[in-house]
Amino acid sequence: MIKFDGVSKRYADGTVAVDDLTLEIPTGQITVLVGPSGCGKTTTLRMINRLIEPTSGTITIDGEDIRSQDPARLRRGIGYVIQHAGLFPHRTIVDNVATVPYLLGWDKKKARATAMELLERVGLDPKMAKRYPYQLSGGQQQRVGVARALAADPPVMLMDEPFSAVDPIVRSSLQDEFIRLQSDLRKTIAFVTHDIDEAVKLGHTVAVFKVGGVLAQHSTPDELLGHPADDFVKEFLGGDKGLKRLRFNRELDLRDEPGVGAAER
Amino acid sequence: MNVIAAADGEPLIRWDWIGDHTGQLADLTVHHLKLALLPILFGLVLAIPLGVMCVRWRWLYPPTLGVANVLYGVPSLAFFMLLIPYFGIGSGGKADFTIIVPMTLFSLSVLVPNVVDGLRSVPDPVRQAATAMGFGTLRRLIQVELPIAVPVVIAGARVATVASISLVSVGMLIGNGGLGQLFIDGYARDFTTPIIVSCVLIIALALVSDGVLVAAQRLLTPWARRRTR
Repeated sequence: MIKFDGVSKRYADGTVAVDDLTLEIPTGQITVLVGPSGCGKTTTLRMINRLIEPTSGTITIDGEDIRSQDPARLRRGIGYVIQHAGLFPHRTIVDNVATVPYLLGWDKKKARATAMELLERVGLDPKMAKRYPYQLSGGQQQRVGVARALAADPPVMLMDEPFSAVDPIVRSSLQDEFIRLQSDLRKTIAFVTHDIDEAVKLGHTVAVFKVGGVLAQHSTPDELLGHPADDFVKEFLGGDKGLKRLRFNRELDLRDEPGVGAAER
Repeated sequence: MNVIAAADGEPLIRWDWIGDHTGQLADLTVHHLKLALLPILFGLVLAIPLGVMCVRWRWLYPPTLGVANVLYGVPSLAFFMLLIPYFGIGSGGKADFTIIVPMTLFSLSVLVPNVVDGLRSVPDPVRQAATAMGFGTLRRLIQVELPIAVPVVIAGARVATVASISLVSVGMLIGNGGLGQLFIDGYARDFTTPIIVSCVLIIALALVSDGVLVAAQRLLTPWARRRTR
């Protein structure tokens, strides 16, 4: 579990990005952070792997303060996926995926074998392994980005609008596969998006942020859609709530199918 | 031009002279390459750390570039003269540094901006992803940023190399200009063959060196093929 306890981030110019945030991101679940731009959702995410240091408050992962570890070492244990994939243009696909295993000093053969397995797992043809990122489509690059984040099997994954830069059809299929993948892997995932539909589709719970870094509501999608905490949330959810709820219920049925392995840690 | 016009009755090129001097021509060519290319090598050794520092501490870039440009503005001959007391005059040994040192400094005005541009060409998401995956600063620089900068750095090295190959000839004025020596020789004797031969060889050297760098870039950065088009 990732736990924020009274976390704030203030910049020197007085801007408050995150304001006294207390939030729990449960183990083995997808927690979606959603809100308009400037609401501090990305700042919140980046504080988990110390790309940004909070001004006050503490963040713990499984009870351990993240400040107790060297940042680089901490980050190798946390998967990270971003909007434009951020693949290394000078490395082949297989070497991109094997990045963290290499950093951890794995044997090259083992790192590559793991990377090949992951490519298949995220639905990529193994023939692509020797290609360079520029030879792949946006959707394919994003899959590689997910595979790269999973390579060292980190218990925690941070995803910052990973599916926002691809077209709606590709996005929808990436989301579906992501749900399928997560039902196998049961990672602890913090997922940032500005798209409420995506939040409701993917999240076990959804945390809605307001501008100024204030957490407006954190609840299950059903609860969120049925009982928005205030006018801001109500407005942010938009007009087609009923439809969203209907669709969301179907996702939930798929996701909570019995027989999918229990938490792996 | 005057020389060529004044060659009354004399053919523009005497092919037998070339045949008689192949040994000397080969030596001068090798020496010319040494005088032209060592400065590029030393220039890169200086420009890479300088460029890295200029990217890291932005304020450092304008003054660094300013100094490099002022150095480039110093007439080469004056620079050579300045160094004669330290390294001596003539060709070979220590005296070569009278040429190599100024040429190295000249190369910086092209190489430093290219290292800086190369490092700045690293896309932000790539740098961010590297940090987030647990690269330390130095490791990120060596394994991610510098390799991605290679195409831009090589583009700069190509310009600097061609300029260097042509500029070395000026060294003839202090008795160490590689193939440029043949200009003086031909001029002094009112004899066009060595002048034409050295011009052709210098141009050929420039073309071949440029070709080698292009080939090196293709080998080193197969991933950049689409970008450089």
